[in-house]
Amino acid sequence: MSAEIITTGDRILEIIKTNNLTKKFNGFTAVDHISFSVKKEEIFGFLGPNGAGKTTTIKMLTTLLHPTEGSAELSGFDILKERDKVRKHIGVVFQDPALDTELTGRENLDFHARMYGLDKENRKKRIAEVLKLVDLEEKKDVLVKKYSGGMKRRLEIARGLMHYPTVLFLDEPTLGLDAQTRRAIWEYIKKMNKEEKTTIFLTTHYMDEADYLCDRVGIIDRGKILVMDSTDNLKNAIGNDVITLSCSNLDELGKRLGEESWIKNVKQHNTFLTLGVKKGEEKIPIIFEIARNLNIKIKSISVRKPTLDDVFLYFTGRIMRDQEKKDAKIENLPPMLRSRGR
Amino acid sequence: MDITEFQAIYIMWLRQMKRFIRSRGRLIGTIVQPLFFLVILGSGLRSAVMPGMVGDDYLAFLAPGIIAMAILFSSMFTGISVLWDKQFGFLQEVLVAPVSRFSIIIGRTLGGATIALIQGFIILFIAFGLGVPIAGISGLLLTIVFMVLSAFTAVGFGLVIASKMENFQGFQLIMNLIIMPLLFLSSAFFPIATNPDMPSIVSQLSFFNPLFFMVDGIRGSLTGLNNVLDPLVNLVIVIGICIFMLGLGSYLFSKYEA
Ligand SMILES: Nc1ncnc2c1ncn2[C@@H]1O[C@H](COP(=O)(O)OP(=O)(O)OP(=O)(O)O)[C@@H](O)[C@H]1O
Ligand SMILES: [Mg+2]
Repeated sequence: MSAEIITTGDRILEIIKTNNLTKKFNGFTAVDHISFSVKKEEIFGFLGPNGAGKTTTIKMLTTLLHPTEGSAELSGFDILKERDKVRKHIGVVFQDPALDTELTGRENLDFHARMYGLDKENRKKRIAEVLKLVDLEEKKDVLVKKYSGGMKRRLEIARGLMHYPTVLFLDEPTLGLDAQTRRAIWEYIKKMNKEEKTTIFLTTHYMDEADYLCDRVGIIDRGKILVMDSTDNLKNAIGNDVITLSCSNLDELGKRLGEESWIKNVKQHNTFLTLGVKKGEEKIPIIFEIARNLNIKIKSISVRKPTLDDVFLYFTGRIMRDQEKKDAKIENLPPMLRSRGR
Repeated sequence: MDITEFQAIYIMWLRQMKRFIRSRGRLIGTIVQPLFFLVILGSGLRSAVMPGMVGDDYLAFLAPGIIAMAILFSSMFTGISVLWDKQFGFLQEVLVAPVSRFSIIIGRTLGGATIALIQGFIILFIAFGLGVPIAGISGLLLTIVFMVLSAFTAVGFGLVIASKMENFQGFQLIMNLIIMPLLFLSSAFFPIATNPDMPSIVSQLSFFNPLFFMVDGIRGSLTGLNNVLDPLVNLVIVIGICIFMLGLGSYLFSKYEA
């Protein structure tokens, strides 16, 4: 990914730009020479399994950690040399809650507003606005320790927006929330991206989240960016449709199908094959034909539109690590047979 | 320093105050404990004769020590409570704000000192009520100066501990192995430096105990009885200790990465 600054007049179109950004913890490389850029007003997603280096990257970009190597600019300001300017331009919602639970929701927002130098009038107006945005007006005078997890998360998102940041960092914004709350938070994120023109950098390990929210995603694994593109392009790279099948002799069938030119790609996994094709429904009979000629019995087969799950699987050769553990018992099933989404 | 920094200092201070007022347990605990010392120990032993003590009023001897103790404990707690913020994640919110670390520390220190002074004054009033004599108005003002300096020093010490510890496990250890011995050897509760019954090495070592100068300073300025050094000598030494501790605490905190 080239990282030249594209500018029209004074406006910087690349809001975040990193160059070989690296973080090592006692010799262990958590983030490994990553270079990427995020454009103005887009929603950019960092997608990766546990321990991929997402949070570490955010901490470096938000000036909380010193990079071991490399550099980054935010809104044109260097994250090492112009920390205060960077800090003024960013809002952060951390992965772990960062609220003072002994204060009320309104007091937490007031604390934030003053730390960011908002004047009295602005404070009042802005606190009312962001509370409305996340539907917490009624709870504003309740101590945060009495909030539910989802309410806390909404308050944090509201707080991140208080000072009109150019970029809002959201580290796993919906981790551990119920389906309804997740939906609601997605809507808030879309709304503030649209209405307040906030550029959004979020991390997630939920495919559906990245799929629904992001204009572009970067897939990160073991500290390295594997691929970065728009969600549509990534899906297209895999094929318009994904066929997943399991059969008696994976190796042989996989090799044979690899010779077919109408198949964009074949990937063999432990217990199943995935094929990227066009017009998947029409290809199923052909595949059966080929298998029968080889005397191979197909146990299951399905066609569907590709998701970011497939993208991840395609680029990393495995399903998300944390899901692997959780789904250890049903490992033998191809991913589409597992319950997905909500 | 621009207006934003002052606002940050103010809101850091205000947060400390709000948390203090809302935490009943802390409010009661930090007042009841010194009060217990003062009333039970002070009244019970009031007419006892202590080796190394001048005069016959033990309560007058004890009261400055208890005031110092209350202020030290309370302020140290404020410094160490950075650990709470670390554990509850709130520290990140503070550190990512466009505010200098210096202002953050000043705000916290002022908050801690205010709380400590409130507690110190409550004990001071109780001591008056129990009949502890006062040297005079200028002495009283000097006492307040000592109280403020002791509070700052202890917040600084708390910050040093907080930036070196990951959690609260070590806190108890430090209290038991460092603070309590230092407090006992500071002549807060009974004479050490002038005590003929003490091994001379202990008496001499007490002049290397930072707490001794605070206790002795408060004692000299408040009651003018039983102090070993001139309060102004104590003042110079305590100012030195305070600058060192607060400087060290600030330095370590400013190096801190979330
Ligand atoms: N302070 C630290 N000291 C040592 N190692 C660390 C530290 N912080 C993170 N790591 C390591 O760096 C790697 C990346 O961690 P990071 O928190 O960035 O992952 P992540 O992508 O955010 O994962 P998750 O989805 O679990 O939040 C992990 O292997 C982690 O153990
Ligand atoms: Mg993380």
